Amino acid sequence: MSLAVEDLRVYYRTLRGDVRALDGVTFSLADHEIMGLVGESGCGKTTLGKSLVRLDGRMRHVGGTVTLDGRELPIGEDARMNEFRFAEVSVVPQYAMSAMNPTRRIGRMVRELVGSRGIPFASVRSELDRRLALVGLDAEVLERYPIELSGGMKQRMVMVISTLLNPSLLVADEVTSALDVSTQRAVATALAGFRDRDLVRSMIVISHDLSLVYQIADTVTVMYAGRLAEKGPTEVIVERPRHPYTQLLISALPEVGVRYGGKRLAGIPGSPPSLRPPPPGCRFRARCPLAYGKCAEQPPFAEIEPGHAVACWRAS
Amino acid sequence: MARYFGRKLLIYALTFFVAVTINWLIPRFMPGDPVRAMVARAGLQTPEGVAAMREYYSSLFGFDVPVWQQYLNFWGGILRGDLGVSLLAFPEPVTSLILGAVPLTLGLLIPAILLSWWAGNKFGAYAARKKVLDNAVLPVWYVLTATPYMWLAILMAWALGKVAGLFPVGRPYSASLVPEWSWLFITDLVSHWFLPFLSLFLVAFGGWAIGMRNMVIYELEADYAHYLSSLGAPPKLVRRYAFRNALLPQITGLALQLGVIVGGAVVTEIVFDYRGLGYLVLEAIKATDFFLLQGIFLFIVIGVLLANFVIDIVYVLVDPRTRAGMGGDR
Repeated sequence: MSLAVEDLRVYYRTLRGDVRALDGVTFSLADHEIMGLVGESGCGKTTLGKSLVRLDGRMRHVGGTVTLDGRELPIGEDARMNEFRFAEVSVVPQYAMSAMNPTRRIGRMVRELVGSRGIPFASVRSELDRRLALVGLDAEVLERYPIELSGGMKQRMVMVISTLLNPSLLVADEVTSALDVSTQRAVATALAGFRDRDLVRSMIVISHDLSLVYQIADTVTVMYAGRLAEKGPTEVIVERPRHPYTQLLISALPEVGVRYGGKRLAGIPGSPPSLRPPPPGCRFRARCPLAYGKCAEQPPFAEIEPGHAVACWRAS
Repeated sequence: MARYFGRKLLIYALTFFVAVTINWLIPRFMPGDPVRAMVARAGLQTPEGVAAMREYYSSLFGFDVPVWQQYLNFWGGILRGDLGVSLLAFPEPVTSLILGAVPLTLGLLIPAILLSWWAGNKFGAYAARKKVLDNAVLPVWYVLTATPYMWLAILMAWALGKVAGLFPVGRPYSASLVPEWSWLFITDLVSHWFLPFLSLFLVAFGGWAIGMRNMVIYELEADYAHYLSSLGAPPKLVRRYAFRNALLPQITGLALQLGVIVGGAVVTEIVFDYRGLGYLVLEAIKATDFFLLQGIFLFIVIGVLLANFVIDIVYVLVDPRTRAGMGGDR
């Protein structure tokens, strides 16, 4: 098991009280696992991804532990965390289009970045060229400035940089959201390729796009309002989800090859609860068609079959 | 690259042409006849004398030929470096008056602008990450830069010059000395130079520091800074990138400052009685000395264009995004 997250709590500090963006999240990630993390905007998926790599200034680590390859990550301490970043945990950020310094040639930026971590550039140079070829980029891009690259090229360049030191865990946050459909496919395949070649031990792919996750992920985790709703193998989550939120989420997706002539795709009525602070009990209660009295209590995130955990009283 | 600079040069040449033409037109549309003023000053009694003098001055200033020829003669004069004769200090040529004042103005302004730019940027970038400096020291400059400059300058001349007696006030050097390469003259020059320099430096320093502080804070929140930090890059590297990128708008600001260098110090030179170009502008206006004014304006135009051109080149060197606009070649 490469990653174990135990009861992780990360809050955002605001003037009107804490926003509990991550409120007791527990899951683990096996070696070579690609985990898709889905959920609607504001559910905490990006917060979870950032928590594993670098908390931003407003986030506060309130409780819980993150263990990677048997070592606990000091996620609340920015300076101590530096040792793990890039080499152990790495990230392909949501903003890959603007992730590179616009006034440095890419190669020079990589050289300075790698050098600042105490690694001589010469020792990674040949590997860098190999990786560029792997994602279909010419080694000549290193001589260019970021503005001279297309969106898809920048995205792939950032992927190469982020994975250069063979991290144990890679967090890929919305990597395809800014790309058109044909490029999405190439980027998704490249990501899976990194895992298959063992350049990255395991991966968390954050996306609001279930169909992308379905293409590359081994397991899918669904988040709702700062907590995990359901985690299981991709086939299981897509074919027979048990959490009512997952079920509604999947029924809201159009299916390829099916004509929706007479029927409208169903949405999920209502909106997620405020997390400042969240209401007691199951957080999906107010929008859930199956809610009943027991839902006033917080349901545990429990396994209902091996590898398939659900946080719902109706499921267990 | 050559095409880019070719285009730039063409634009500058066109701007220069238009500016010189306007510069020639303005005095001729202004009320007042310089020749009549000169003749009146001579105080002649006989009409014959007045007529002879009119004729003399008209031919001296080139007013006895058609307007189009006057315009061409003006261009010819510029190309020969002849800007006519000053009325204020008749018969001294305008060029020699300007050349006498230019070293004083440049000697005052160039160090003030460049040093304040350099120090202000360093300090601003430092203040952006040191809360104490940001909260305790920078507010002093918020007040200083918001203070009307002439008031501040007068206050400094009074407090440091008259009351404390640390520095002499008035004139670029003591009236009893003649310019020469002697220790006595140079120390005298520097002590006269220091107060006007300090007043310019202090105000400009605050402006650069405040601007730089804001830019660095903005750059440190840019995506590339977050990405580098996420990959464990030390703050030193991130700050170096942020500083360099924040410097780009400051370079534009410097260009504008250097461009107006010639006309920019009028207030300083008047307050400290420092007889550079700014002082000359005031004197020329008071004496309706069109030729001198015209000559000074020509210098300002040349100064602005030159400074802009230099900054264009610097920009191409420091910002790759400018290079992208040069037609595909890197």
